[in-house]
Amino acid sequence: MTEPENTQNVQNAEHIERHSYDVVVIGAGGAGLRAAIEARHAGKRVAIISKSLFGKAHTVMAEGGAAAAMGNVNPKDNWQVHFRDTMRGGKFLNHFRMAELHAKEAPDRIWELETWGALFDRTKDGKISQRNFGGHEYPRLAHVGDRTGLELIRTLQQRVVALQQQDQAESGDFEANLRVFAETTIVRLLKDEQGRIAGAVGYYRETGQFVLFEAPAVILATGGIGRSYTVTSNSWEYTGDGHALALLAGATLVNMEFIQFHPTGMVWPPSVKGILVTESVRGDGGVLRNSEGKRFMFDYVPDVFRKQYAETEEEADRWYDDQENNRRPPELLPRDEVARSINSEVKAGRGTPNGGVYLDVSTRLPAEEIRRRLPSMYHQFKELADVDITAQPMEVGPTCHYVMGGVEVDPDTQGTKVPGLYAAGECAGGMHGSNRLGGNSLSDLLVFGRRAGLYASEYVDSLGAGGKPAVAQADVDAAVDEALAPLGNADGENPYTLHHDLQVTMNTLVGIIRKPEEIGEALTKLEDFKPRHHKVGSTGGRRFNPGWHVALDLRNMLIVSECVAKAALERAESRGGHTRDDFPTMSSKWRQVNLICSLNADGTGVDLKHQPIPTIRQDLLELFEVSELKKYFTDEELAGLAGVAAEDAAPAGDAESVESDESDESAESADESAELDAAVAAAVIEAEIEESTATDGEVGESAIPGQKVKAESASESASDESEPESAQAESESGSESESADEAVAETAAEEK
Amino acid sequence: MGYKGKFKVWRGDASGGDLNDFEVEVNEGEVVLDVIHRLQATQAPDMACRWNCKAGKCGSCSAEINGKPRLMCMTRMSTFEEGETVTVTPLRTFPVIKDLVTDVGFNYTKAREVKSFTPPADLKPGEYRMQQIDVERSQEFRKCIECYLCQNTCHAVRDHEENKENFAGPRYLMRVAELDMHPLDTADRKKAAQEEHGLGYCNITKCCTEVCPEHIRITDNALIPLKERVVDKKYDPLVWLGSKIRRRSSTDA
Repeated sequence: MTEPENTQNVQNAEHIERHSYDVVVIGAGGAGLRAAIEARHAGKRVAIISKSLFGKAHTVMAEGGAAAAMGNVNPKDNWQVHFRDTMRGGKFLNHFRMAELHAKEAPDRIWELETWGALFDRTKDGKISQRNFGGHEYPRLAHVGDRTGLELIRTLQQRVVALQQQDQAESGDFEANLRVFAETTIVRLLKDEQGRIAGAVGYYRETGQFVLFEAPAVILATGGIGRSYTVTSNSWEYTGDGHALALLAGATLVNMEFIQFHPTGMVWPPSVKGILVTESVRGDGGVLRNSEGKRFMFDYVPDVFRKQYAETEEEADRWYDDQENNRRPPELLPRDEVARSINSEVKAGRGTPNGGVYLDVSTRLPAEEIRRRLPSMYHQFKELADVDITAQPMEVGPTCHYVMGGVEVDPDTQGTKVPGLYAAGECAGGMHGSNRLGGNSLSDLLVFGRRAGLYASEYVDSLGAGGKPAVAQADVDAAVDEALAPLGNADGENPYTLHHDLQVTMNTLVGIIRKPEEIGEALTKLEDFKPRHHKVGSTGGRRFNPGWHVALDLRNMLIVSECVAKAALERAESRGGHTRDDFPTMSSKWRQVNLICSLNADGTGVDLKHQPIPTIRQDLLELFEVSELKKYFTDEELAGLAGVAAEDAAPAGDAESVESDESDESAESADESAELDAAVAAAVIEAEIEESTATDGEVGESAIPGQKVKAESASESASDESEPESAQAESESGSESESADEAVAETAAEEK
Repeated sequence: MGYKGKFKVWRGDASGGDLNDFEVEVNEGEVVLDVIHRLQATQAPDMACRWNCKAGKCGSCSAEINGKPRLMCMTRMSTFEEGETVTVTPLRTFPVIKDLVTDVGFNYTKAREVKSFTPPADLKPGEYRMQQIDVERSQEFRKCIECYLCQNTCHAVRDHEENKENFAGPRYLMRVAELDMHPLDTADRKKAAQEEHGLGYCNITKCCTEVCPEHIRITDNALIPLKERVVDKKYDPLVWLGSKIRRRSSTDA
């Protein structure tokens, strides 16, 4: 566009393309596209930066659905129930306000997708069908078969095109107000002298040419960090770019220790190691066996679960046909339990030749039935592993799936500590606490993508004309020099080798079960990697050079890995996606702590500090029974709550174990069952899922969600958020519309 | 298990290039994309290829393997003999950028030319009611992962650069069909299919259907029905008569 600035930058004589936008969105997955659409709706000129081609983002991998309490299938569902499920899933470490906004706004976000052309599966009365999922009390996930993420990304992509067509009609230019920069990677965010966002520097992957975006507002929507692990369900793009860019720009990350390992990923062949194997394999009767042929999950049922889980194979097998009179098979324990159990079996030498365990459905159901219920799994294993799951067992093992931690943001605006910088979707933290429920990711990125776009636009407006922060040329030059360094170092270390070493380090030392000495070792290695990273070299030119791209992505992976390791070493408890071998239980004191990472003073590493978790609003706390809260909260925290005194009089049962002693030097290994509190929490969730079918008096505290009416009205006054159209109003007639077929297909399908 | 596989990979850019020979380790269970990644990590770090999900869901790693348009992540090495040379070349229909990466901008241009979903003006969010049976036809087409293998294969453009301007290709004709079959879409797609998107160029040889990794029946379920609808509209005597007697709205053919 404009000529390169005439004065500086003589040494590399770079021609840097310049663009000016109101809002720059980095990332073109669900969150990024939804943010860009909202900013464009608000009248802003918007650039979308996509590391891949437009429409290929990792969102396409999400299968199960998007959670939204529309109440189409069960009219008892509403935002309060969804909020409760989300907080329980995250073990009450979630930012309550985000969980609240998410639960309230998700239905509107789903419904608007229909106006943009999305075609969800339908109920009998023509509404959006909703499926059951782990941790969700009612059928809640809007879905399209097992390809919901693809539907979502395509719908948003087509909405972007629709807006471009509007611009074309008005101005003759498709890209007048909304432009996608495909295959473009951002390397640095830029700030002005006052510390406000002023723009971003990146390069076109195709040409290797640099490009400067001048913009007062930047929204990070770059997804997760899975490429730092060997075994992951994530694509090459998941290198923690948004996390790292935020850190380097002076923003903070929250609770990076929480990483979700899904229990069943493919382990063979190597080409698909880590790819998800849907939970419905187990839901439909699949069992886990070790190399000795033993159905080992019976050995891993924690005490608190004994009441709900079968003790013999015979009973477990009866459950599939008669759930009233039998207890669940232990293969259906919560995800973190199953992942840890598989891990233990493999470590004990009872794994398969390829380092997993066997998941077998072939001896459980007739071949036709398997093909009918699990078509995509049948297809996946047949085509990729040459395994006929109707005749052979699958090999599976845990896989790095999702990071709950992320950029610390304001819950309403998604703004970070840096003025003008916003974050949404997986790269933002807080929403999911220590563990994300399946289905809450797609709704998260819609709800908070929209909010980020909205508030970034408001921020731009607040600057007024002429108030835009200016980019300093020296910063641009520095970013370009940093990015060009590997190319000037052709004899340097192979970046692929360093990447591999990093993945092995994180996978083996900061994986599912964490030991302080191993995390310490990882931190030492990460320090060793830093000088190696400075010496990596890339041969070849700048044009579409993957070796160079890896070299640049490594900076982000290294700094984010350091955050994960440091936070994992600090948090002396086990909760959700963080399991410490030496502190196997959940601690109420640690529930009050957010771990915050920031760049250290000389920019060479990460500082970690404790920060109190925001106090949950009273009206939201009152959505829960006190007996449940006691499992998570300290007595002082609950002192002001109505009903506490009465509850205190009664024996509080398992609540005690939470309060006291993670200091009890726990000789037992975490996976051996000691996770009492986590188990208690999960038990509540599990029990509630069952409630919808069976009547189980025991944990029935929330059988009637409507009973907490006062909380509802209390929250009305809370603030400005737009109440979604009441779910109930929407669903007068729609309750029992699921056919038997749908019910089978929809039981616990794919995650995310 | 592992063996030394023989590969020929096209390397070059818009100015030209040729097939380069490689000998590379191949392990049991691997797919072609694994081998390309191994070449990058060990022998040719700057070899360009696209990929994302590695599970046949994103449609990024399209290439021509021994001349056949395929996803590299879904092409298993076990489908070749150990001594067989595997040749990997970029999609032929699109201009090469570098090595296995082509400029697929043609597809994005065509995507923009299809008028977006046009819902009834009076229908509010949350009020949409559609039956499953009515959405299923369009849902089949929405399984498309936009790998562009069909666009690459269709002979109407593969060997006829001059047709690119007037022909949207199977993927975007299918998009037109998808919208035409959407229960709530109000736009007239039929005239546009014929006049703007070049439906007439398609002579239903089903090459697109054959290469579709999602097994979408593009020809039978999208293109032929769309042709039939266009024809019905064009030659329906009542419509013709109506257009002569009354003044028809501009949306009619």
